[in-house]
Amino acid sequence: MIWEAVIQPFADFGFMRRALLGCIAVSLGATPVGVFLMLRRMSLTGDAMAHAILPGAAVGFLVAGLSLGAMTIGGLIAGMAVALLSGLVTRVTALREDASLAAFYLISLALGVLIVSTRGSNVDLMHVLFGTVLALNDAALILLCSIASISVLILAVLFRPLVLECADPQFLRSVSRLSAVTHFTFLSLVVLNLVGGFHALGTLMAVGIMILPAAAARFWANSIGGLIFVAIAVAFLSSLSGLLLSYHYSLPSGPAIILVAGIVYAVSLVLGPAGGLIAQVLPRRPLQN
Amino acid sequence: MTSALAFKDLTLGYDRLPAVQQLRADIAEGSLTAIVGPNGAGKSTLLKGVTGALAPLQGKVDLGSLERDDIAYLPQQSDIDRSFPLSVVDLVAMGLWREIGPFGWLGKKQRARVDAAIASVGLTGLESRPIGSLSGGQMQRALFARLLLQDAHLVLLDEPFTAIDARTMADLIEVVRSWHKEGRTVLAVLHDAETVRAHFPETLMLARELVAHGPTEQVMTAENQFRARQMCEACAGPPHVCGRDAA
Repeated sequence: MIWEAVIQPFADFGFMRRALLGCIAVSLGATPVGVFLMLRRMSLTGDAMAHAILPGAAVGFLVAGLSLGAMTIGGLIAGMAVALLSGLVTRVTALREDASLAAFYLISLALGVLIVSTRGSNVDLMHVLFGTVLALNDAALILLCSIASISVLILAVLFRPLVLECADPQFLRSVSRLSAVTHFTFLSLVVLNLVGGFHALGTLMAVGIMILPAAAARFWANSIGGLIFVAIAVAFLSSLSGLLLSYHYSLPSGPAIILVAGIVYAVSLVLGPAGGLIAQVLPRRPLQN
Repeated sequence: MTSALAFKDLTLGYDRLPAVQQLRADIAEGSLTAIVGPNGAGKSTLLKGVTGALAPLQGKVDLGSLERDDIAYLPQQSDIDRSFPLSVVDLVAMGLWREIGPFGWLGKKQRARVDAAIASVGLTGLESRPIGSLSGGQMQRALFARLLLQDAHLVLLDEPFTAIDARTMADLIEVVRSWHKEGRTVLAVLHDAETVRAHFPETLMLARELVAHGPTEQVMTAENQFRARQMCEACAGPPHVCGRDAA
C-alpha cells in the first residue's frame, strides 16, 4: 500500500526521480536563504526579486529560445541589476530599501513585458512562469545542484556576519567593513536561488519554497540552527508530498508542492509551540531562570 | 595630558544642515566626560561623527592613533531586532568580534570571558535566555557586557541610563567607573544633571555650538545651562535656518 503510493512512482519513473532530486536541491539551497530573508524582515523582497528575474529570463528566451543557459543568464543579469541598483540607491540616497526595490522591479517587469510583446509572445513562456519539474534534463539538474552547493557553502562562510547584519546591523557596521559585502552577497544568493528555482517551480512558485518553510519553522524553533533545520525538513516533506499528489491526482506539480508547504505553514501557525495560536492562548508555567 | 581625540572646527549635519557647528575641543586620554545640552543640541550627532557613521561637513574629528575598532559605541536606540532568535550569550559574544572576526572559533578561553562579562553586569543565570524575553534593564546590562568584551580604548555611550531602573543604573555606572579606572576614555551623552555631577568629572556642554568644556562643577552652572537653552531656542526656528532636530 505504502509502497505503491509512495515508493513506486519514483521506482518506476525516471522523471519522478529527477523531479525529486531537483526539489531536494532547491530545498537545500533556497530554504536557508529564505530563513535569513524572513529574519531580516525581507520576505517580500524575495517576491519582488522573482518579478525582477522574470523579464530577464524572458529576454533570454526570445534571444536563444528555450535554452537553459540563456534564460539563466538573462534572469541572473536582471535580478542582479535590480538588487545592486536598489541597494545602491538605498545606501546613497534618502529612499528606503522597500521603495527603491519596488521601483526597480516594477521598471524591470514593465520593460520585460514590453520586450516580449513587441517580439511576439509564446506559450512556452509558461515554462518560465510555472516551471517544469517533471521534465528536468541533466543540464538543469546539474545547474540546480550546483546552485544548492554554492549557496550552502557561501552561507556557511558568511554565517556570522549575516547573523549580525540581520540582528544588529549598526553594530556590524561599527566593528567591521563587511556589512555592505554581506548584504550584497546575500542578495546575490537570493537571485541565484530564484533563478535555479524557476527551472523547477517557475519564477513565482520558487519564492514559495523559499519563504513558506521558513515561516512555518518560526513556529517550531527558537534558534537559527533549529530554524534552518526545520525549514529544510518542511521543504523536503512538501516536495515529496507535492510530487506524489501531482502524480496520483494529475495536479500541476509546482502549485501542488507550494500548497503542501502552505498547509504545513497553516498547521504550524495553529499548533506550533513557539508562538503558535494554541501556545498563545493556553496558560503556561512561567520560565524558571 | 595627551588627548584621545580632538574636534577641530567640526561641523556635522544632515542634508548639509548643520546640527553641530564649529566645535573645537580636546578630549583628554582616560577622561570620563559627560556630553550635556538641551534637546536638539547635536549631542547624538556628535557621537555619530566620532564613530565615522556621519562624515563632517567641515573640519574634522582627529582620532590620533585610535583605529576604528578601538571605538565601542552604544547608540541610544540600538536597532537590535529583539524578536531575532539570539540568546544572551550570543549577543554578548558579539563583543569579541575584533578578536575572532567573522570566521574565528569561540574557544574555551573566550567562552570563559563571555561568562565573566555576563557575571560582571549581573546577568549570570540568564545566559541561554532569548533576548526577546529580557526587560529593558536586563537588555541594557547585556549590551554593557558586550561593550566590556569589545575592550575598546574609547567608549561612546548615548543616553545609556534612559528608561532603566535605579538598581540597573547604579550597577552600570559602576561598570563605567571601572572603565575610567582602567584608563579608557569614556564619552557619554546624558540628560540627568544629578548623574553628571555625581559621577562624571568632565563635562562638555553643547548647544549646536560649544557652550563650555571642562571640570563638571565649572561647566554645570545655572548660567551656562540658561545660555545653552537660549542658544538652542534661537536655533529652533524654521528648519532651513538651523537644520532639523538631530538629537
